[in-house]
Amino acid sequence: MPYVPHTPDDIRRMLGVIGAPSVEALFAEIGPDMRPKSFDLPEGKSEMAVLAQLEDLARKNAVNHVSFLGAGFYDHHIPSAVDALSMRSEFYTAYTPYQPEASQGTLQAIFEYQTAVTRLTGLPYANASVYDGGTALFEAAMMSVRHTDRRKLVVCEAVSPIYRVMLGSYTANLNLELVTIAHKDGNCDLAALTAALDDQTAAVLVQNPNFFGTLNDFSALFAAAKAKGVVSVISVYPVLQSVLKSPGEMGADVAVAEGQSLGLPLSFGGPYLGIMTCTKEMIRQMPGRMVGRTVDTQGRTGYVLTLQAREQHIRRQKATSNICSNQALCALRSLMHLCLLGEEGLKRTAEICIERAHYAAERLTAIPGVKLLSASPFGNEFAVSLPVNAYQAIDKLTNRGFVPGFPLGRYYPGLENALLVACTEKTSKEQIGVLAELLRGMLA
Amino acid sequence: MNTVFKKSDPGREGVWPQKADKTAAEMLPQGLLRGKPAGLPSLSELDVVRHFTQLSRRNFGVDGNFYPLGSCTMKYNPKFTENVAALPGFTRLHPVLPQLKGAGRLCQGALEVMYETEQMLCEICGMSAFTLHPMAGAHGELTGVMIMAAYHKDKGNKKTKIICPDSAHGTNPASAAIAGYEVVNLPSKDGIVDPDELAKVLDDQVAGMMMTCPNTLGLFEKNLPKIVEMLRSVDALLYYDGANLNAIMGKMRVGDAGFDVVHLNLHKTFATPHGGGGPGAGPVGVSEKLVPYLPVSRVEKLEDGQFFLNYDFPKSIGYVAPFYGNFGVVLKAYAYILRLGGAGLTRATEAAVLAANYLRKRLDGVLEVPFDRICMHEFVATACKQTTCGVRALDIAKMLLDKGYHAPTIYFPLIVKEALMFEPTETESLDTLDQFADDLIALLEQSAADPEFAHNAPTTLPVTRLDETRAARSMELTDDL
Repeated sequence: MPYVPHTPDDIRRMLGVIGAPSVEALFAEIGPDMRPKSFDLPEGKSEMAVLAQLEDLARKNAVNHVSFLGAGFYDHHIPSAVDALSMRSEFYTAYTPYQPEASQGTLQAIFEYQTAVTRLTGLPYANASVYDGGTALFEAAMMSVRHTDRRKLVVCEAVSPIYRVMLGSYTANLNLELVTIAHKDGNCDLAALTAALDDQTAAVLVQNPNFFGTLNDFSALFAAAKAKGVVSVISVYPVLQSVLKSPGEMGADVAVAEGQSLGLPLSFGGPYLGIMTCTKEMIRQMPGRMVGRTVDTQGRTGYVLTLQAREQHIRRQKATSNICSNQALCALRSLMHLCLLGEEGLKRTAEICIERAHYAAERLTAIPGVKLLSASPFGNEFAVSLPVNAYQAIDKLTNRGFVPGFPLGRYYPGLENALLVACTEKTSKEQIGVLAELLRGMLA
Repeated sequence: MNTVFKKSDPGREGVWPQKADKTAAEMLPQGLLRGKPAGLPSLSELDVVRHFTQLSRRNFGVDGNFYPLGSCTMKYNPKFTENVAALPGFTRLHPVLPQLKGAGRLCQGALEVMYETEQMLCEICGMSAFTLHPMAGAHGELTGVMIMAAYHKDKGNKKTKIICPDSAHGTNPASAAIAGYEVVNLPSKDGIVDPDELAKVLDDQVAGMMMTCPNTLGLFEKNLPKIVEMLRSVDALLYYDGANLNAIMGKMRVGDAGFDVVHLNLHKTFATPHGGGGPGAGPVGVSEKLVPYLPVSRVEKLEDGQFFLNYDFPKSIGYVAPFYGNFGVVLKAYAYILRLGGAGLTRATEAAVLAANYLRKRLDGVLEVPFDRICMHEFVATACKQTTCGVRALDIAKMLLDKGYHAPTIYFPLIVKEALMFEPTETESLDTLDQFADDLIALLEQSAADPEFAHNAPTTLPVTRLDETRAARSMELTDDL
């Protein structure tokens, strides 16, 4: 029996000490009528056989296409040292650091993660992570509801529709009003967002770059929000935060992000990382775990989980959130990623992604009938309208080994011809050239 | 040890990509750009490798230390499952791919993994359907309670309350509250749920009850059939917190026993690593009548053997995850189930219960066990006797750290004073259990004679006891505060 080390002799000895006639006797309280009606599972297999089976399944996934898919989730290069270090078993086989003296490695790493993400967003406080960017946005909205004691959330339609549907599901039973302000050709409608804020509004929720890839400075919106007592919540793309105006510089109260682009593989949707940072005024509303610096009995620096009085294991139904397990190992990987790239490496990554996307936009819009959806500045991702249905273009080019982007019509009725195209530092100029030629050929 | 930021030396080259031809300032309007650099460190690759290697040495993990942390199921995590999750055919798969028309054909392997995992979890638990979307146990609880709410809303039931026994994990009442319910606390009797107490709080306002079975005292809830009957009488649903499924897997199926909703912690029962606090995975299973309310998307199999994602469930609670849950974690659990098979899973349950009862008996008379009878996969002892000479559960925990053992869970469940909760798991050898018991007994003897010895522990780790009050007061959460 793999992973169970007890020999028949051991079992006899153990039963003797317990004073039980058999192992089955230990389960006597589960009566005959409560026993499984069926337990029809395959027989166990050797490690080699299971590996072979999973390798076969992995081969059934087409991962060798040249892909321009993004939509908030990007295929960046991950330095090899991230895998090597995060696979140290002292990190990945540890539990939540409830015994701080035996967990200083995890605790100091989370403290450093908190430092790194606050520097990226320009807001002073962070937690140790939540599940993903969508959960982070929901938790940020709930922070604002508790902070303001108001029940209206004003959401820009250019916030990721993937997150907006999550927000809709989570708030369904919470007696909250979600007001969605329509986008204009992929741009946030700043005037309409500002006009929607009133003294019943808990928060305004925006995203930079938005789902269409368009960039904004939300300083004026956030100033207007502040004047009305509304909490400003922004979701950002951490790689571009190395060059873009930070949420702190814009006057945001809570900044959240999907941390996948920092050292986590795409892995078909997870595990990812929900980054949350906030101002001092909001910190008591922050959900989840946080690590703080302190000293030991000998005056040496050490780290502990702190402000736990907000959390479910102390406060139960009165907790700020039900979150217990978070994404600690993912946060650790993102910290390692940020340290390996450093200030210069992350800035270079952002600039090369932007440069490639701008080149791709230039090449694609040179094709007759292909136009940028918005004239606004963009980063590593942009939307183009095609003279044909985007699904059709995707289908045809995918058959040629190129996934040209994401069909915006999936979430935005009326944009059936619009394609969302993303580039990373892994996208080469040659690949962009081939994509352009394939699309030109298809449309001709 | 200095923080990584203190080790930064501007000019050191890390793992940089090539430089773009243009700077951000040449490509974007000035008003969109940062005023000053973020302040990330500048380090060589070795600087970073050494920093994190040294940090890792300041941690206990299952591979290096016996970790009998009750309720957390710190069993050994087989290495081969890491190789499975690292296969490029999985890691490189973009999650929106199946949303492109017809592109489900490009990710048949991943969809098959999801489908087969759901099928096997259904068989293990006796449920009608599973979703893999919830990303942790507490997230599964929230999803489960949302499903219960959707059921009642659909039936036109006016329900406002959820019952949680006083032995419940803190996440249970928190999840019920986040989902919009009033929480009713149910006192236990003799360590388990008492039908008479339940009768006092049960009325037609009750949407459901959240149970852990065996409960957090490690005791089987033997009144379960009666509880099921009582809840059914008011159309209240019964929720199973799967944190302790590893005590009954193969011996009882929660669906057969009458539970309507269950969440599992793949990072407990199915051996995926805890990662220092995540990522976990908290799949949710439901009985037949709750299937329409499961989150979307759902993976289905066509007659020709192809798999696809179905989004067309009008009664669904919607989306609880951006995609399909923590797929990388699900992969490891799937590989683990295939490796063990049905008999192996049952054997794991038996060995976990055997080990817990053995350790309970070995510590008998040294530590007091308030509910001293056959336990399941874990048991709760109390340090009440030790407190008479000034040694608390916390002190015992810290002494164990000095011996290289992770401490048991302490001060939980809340209904036992000075609680110490031990869960040895099935993967620890008899030698380890004996050595642990011998060492703990010796520590208790030593500390009884010399309580100061206990109060000073730990002394062999990178830090001694830490000032938590100061941490909460100073709120130094980053290197910049």
